[in-house]
Amino acid sequence: MSEPFTKKERMKLDRIEMPERDAAERAQSFDEVNLGLTAKMAQLEAMRCLECKRPKCVDGCPVGIQIDEFVKLVAEGSIGAAAEIIQRDNLLPAICGRVCPQENQCEGACVLAKRERPIAIGHLERYVADYVRAEGFEYIKELPVPTGKSVAVVGSGPAGLACAGDLIQSGHAVTVFEALHEPGGVLVYGIPEFRLPKEIVATEIRGLEDLGVVFEMNAIVGRTHTLEELLAVHDAVFIGVGAGLPRFLGVPGENLIGVYSANEFLTRVNLMKAYLAGAETPVLDVAGKQIVVFGGGNTAMDAARTARRMGASIVRILYRRTEEEMPARREEVRHAREEGIIFDFLVGPTGLTGEDGVLEAVELQQMELGEPDESGRRRPQPVEGATSSVTADLAVVAIGNGANPLLLATVPEMETTRWGTIAVDEVTGRTSMPGVFAGGDIVTGGATVILAMGAGRRAAASIETWLDDGVWAP
Amino acid sequence: MLLSTAFWEWSVGAEVEMHRIADARDTGPGVRRVVVEAPHVAAHYQAGQFVIVRVDDVGERIPLTVAAADPSQGTITLYVQGIGRTTRQLNTLGSGEYLHDVAGPLGKPSEIERYGTAVVVGGGVGTAIAYPVVRALVAAGNRVVAITGGRSREYVILEDELKATGADVVVCTDDGSYGKAGFVTEALADILATESINIVFAAGPVPMMRAVAEVTRPAGIPTVASLNPIMVDGTGMCGGCRVEVGGETKFACVDGPEFDAHLVDFDLLARRNQAYLDFERVRNAELDESSCRAGTES
Ligand SMILES: Cc1cc2nc3c(=O)[nH]c(=O)nc-3n(C[C@H](O)[C@H](O)[C@H](O)COP(=O)(O)OP(=O)(O)OC[C@H]3O[C@@H](n4cnc5c(N)ncnc54)[C@H](O)[C@@H]3O)c2cc1C
Ligand SMILES: Cc1cc2nc3c(=O)[nH]c(=O)nc-3n(C[C@H](O)[C@H](O)[C@H](O)COP(=O)(O)OP(=O)(O)OC[C@H]3O[C@@H](n4cnc5c(N)ncnc54)[C@H](O)[C@@H]3O)c2cc1C
Ligand code: SF4
Ligand code: SF4
Ligand code: FES
Repeated sequence: MSEPFTKKERMKLDRIEMPERDAAERAQSFDEVNLGLTAKMAQLEAMRCLECKRPKCVDGCPVGIQIDEFVKLVAEGSIGAAAEIIQRDNLLPAICGRVCPQENQCEGACVLAKRERPIAIGHLERYVADYVRAEGFEYIKELPVPTGKSVAVVGSGPAGLACAGDLIQSGHAVTVFEALHEPGGVLVYGIPEFRLPKEIVATEIRGLEDLGVVFEMNAIVGRTHTLEELLAVHDAVFIGVGAGLPRFLGVPGENLIGVYSANEFLTRVNLMKAYLAGAETPVLDVAGKQIVVFGGGNTAMDAARTARRMGASIVRILYRRTEEEMPARREEVRHAREEGIIFDFLVGPTGLTGEDGVLEAVELQQMELGEPDESGRRRPQPVEGATSSVTADLAVVAIGNGANPLLLATVPEMETTRWGTIAVDEVTGRTSMPGVFAGGDIVTGGATVILAMGAGRRAAASIETWLDDGVWAP
Repeated sequence: MLLSTAFWEWSVGAEVEMHRIADARDTGPGVRRVVVEAPHVAAHYQAGQFVIVRVDDVGERIPLTVAAADPSQGTITLYVQGIGRTTRQLNTLGSGEYLHDVAGPLGKPSEIERYGTAVVVGGGVGTAIAYPVVRALVAAGNRVVAITGGRSREYVILEDELKATGADVVVCTDDGSYGKAGFVTEALADILATESINIVFAAGPVPMMRAVAEVTRPAGIPTVASLNPIMVDGTGMCGGCRVEVGGETKFACVDGPEFDAHLVDFDLLARRNQAYLDFERVRNAELDESSCRAGTES
């Protein structure tokens, strides 16, 4: 392997497949599905890269990681150096390598995508991050002199963590306020262990603590502390409270026992660890039962695969468009299929029915795709007279989250959009309130980890400017 | 199910400020008054709000009403009825011990105005929810009648505290062992028959709140019930606390917990509160067993 391949040879090589836990085994276990590339696999995969002069992959990454550079270093076996390249643009590579929708981003833009075998950039990023984590690699050798300035970060999801990470490295004091008892946002309460081991999130957070970031748990801003109080003590405030308001179906029967929002189901299982024997928090028993999940995003896949692991015998994903429009990561869809999850497309719920207040079935309406809507996806519309019914002991609603109004209701002077999200300057993350910045899902609506992280970092840069010049030109 | 128990051991590390119990004492069979340090909650608390508590670092999150707050001491007072695993575990703790998490204050504060004459009905541990409402109503210049009831004399809580607010206090016991014999709703009906009442607040078991709503419905007296659905986060994130009010779905933790009692679907609330009955039975039985064992060993 010492001689690099010629371009022609590289084009012929197959993409290295990620080793995975066997589907039958993993359907009973919360252990991570993807096992990680070996050193040899990572190097071989990296060697396929064409080292493009104008690397398209970089354009595809929302934070512009110098992918060509880090992949080259992996090919050369310089993993530490590769990590430093990644770290310049991405503070949470072990997480993004696992959960980014790569097929729409970096890998989708890679020139080799045209031939269906883009470089496995996500897998390589994950490899590098896992490698340096296992080696105890220190990214930051020296902390700058404290500036005496302090910043409050509200919410400890990827947006808040990234913002905190940049600010602490610039010498500002940073306190993160989190409403729940555990930091990490969706990374800990939503995305399940089998996809993102919580130990990885914990390591990132411990890293921030080592740098001096203070975390205050059980701190609901708007209740435990007001925004005004934070502004009185800190020089700036970053709001990264996510989009944590679950939508329900708006059809009869949605409050029957057995109907969960994905947030509730996943929170009970992940954050409250209801899947472990002896857990204090209950979750409705799904063993041997029939489960339906409404939705087609990552949340729906996570709910379905979690139900499977909790012992459900039949798990169906009911989606009102077709597979093509499903926003879920392609890998999750494949994994779900392999785990025996059934997909029913072009169906929408019209009602949930039950006996004695307990869910028994869902009533469905057949749909077909009509004209594209404002999101560009073809709008599903009912097919007259085509209805059906499916047995369901549990229904999980995973059709998205709106902006949680808890904090915003306490600051009516803050400008919001018609979707209830915070209105900000896209570049600077500045809100209508001087000294207050925002980013992540609370600005964009439910999006992705990498976008939230990127927004947190942009806001951190803009907070620097504000702390320096004190000029608020929104 | 195959379990990776090592998962228990991951801890996200962030230092959690524990909440010291300043004082804890029994106020009746299975009911304990717990004063706990939670300075930020104490500083922001308003009548009608609650906290979410976890006893230890693997514990369930449960909602408990803040009965009183002392901002100068940085403490809040909870009244806890030991009905299940978590509440019973909490009630074994004494002064100097700790609660792992106390988050709040959550929920909308009670709407306290100068209504005129108000009746506040508290059943059982619901009296703890009613008590701060009584105090706030008195402070706002209302004439307040507080009706509190329990199964028998020992179950009556907060009687002295209620009297100290300046409200007229009517105590009822189901068995007649103390105060008036009969249910709180009978005492309420008696008052409605003799006085004109502007508003009624009710807090307690679901059947009691439903009965109160039926007593006040014919005369159309505005009635507020403090609902107690099962909660998880208490911040509007999970929707587990859904209730139906006037045919609309509401999240009790952020839209409530107080709602117009005449519009609440109490059947739904009662049913949803039973969702985990089997699980709770098992966990409770385990607790009984372990406390029995502990009993015989000592
Ligand atoms: C089940 C699920 C699966 C997903 N899978 C993927 C995936 O595979 N890939 C991907 O890229 N994206 C995925 N996403 C989306 C992604 O997780 C989010 O876009 C991202 O987490 C948003 O980050 P954030 O920092 O803006 O908010 P969040 O991660 O939502 O964090 C916000 C934090 O703020 C806290 N908070 C809220 N209000 C307050 C308050 N008033 N005071 C203090 N704290 C507060 C919350 O408790 C929370 O911890 C998934 C989302 C879900 C729900
Ligand atoms: C807004 C609000 C304020 C409350 N205030 C008080 C109070 O001041 N003092 C007090 O003693 N109790 C109060 N409760 C009720 C208290 O939260 C429950 O008794 C407690 O959660 C039961 O937990 P457990 O593990 O001890 O019992 P379990 O064995 O889990 O349950 C026993 C019964 O309690 C109810 N319950 C179970 N879990 C929950 C939960 N997470 N949230 C609510 N109810 C649940 C169910 O009806 C169940 O059948 C309040 C509830 C709410 C929603
Ligand atoms: S951060 Fe996400 S989009 Fe960017 S290179 Fe990594 S996996 Fe690709
Ligand atoms: S576009 Fe693909 S082949 Fe080209 S540099 Fe990027 S990863 Fe390598
Ligand atoms: S308890 Fe989760 S939304 Fe109310």
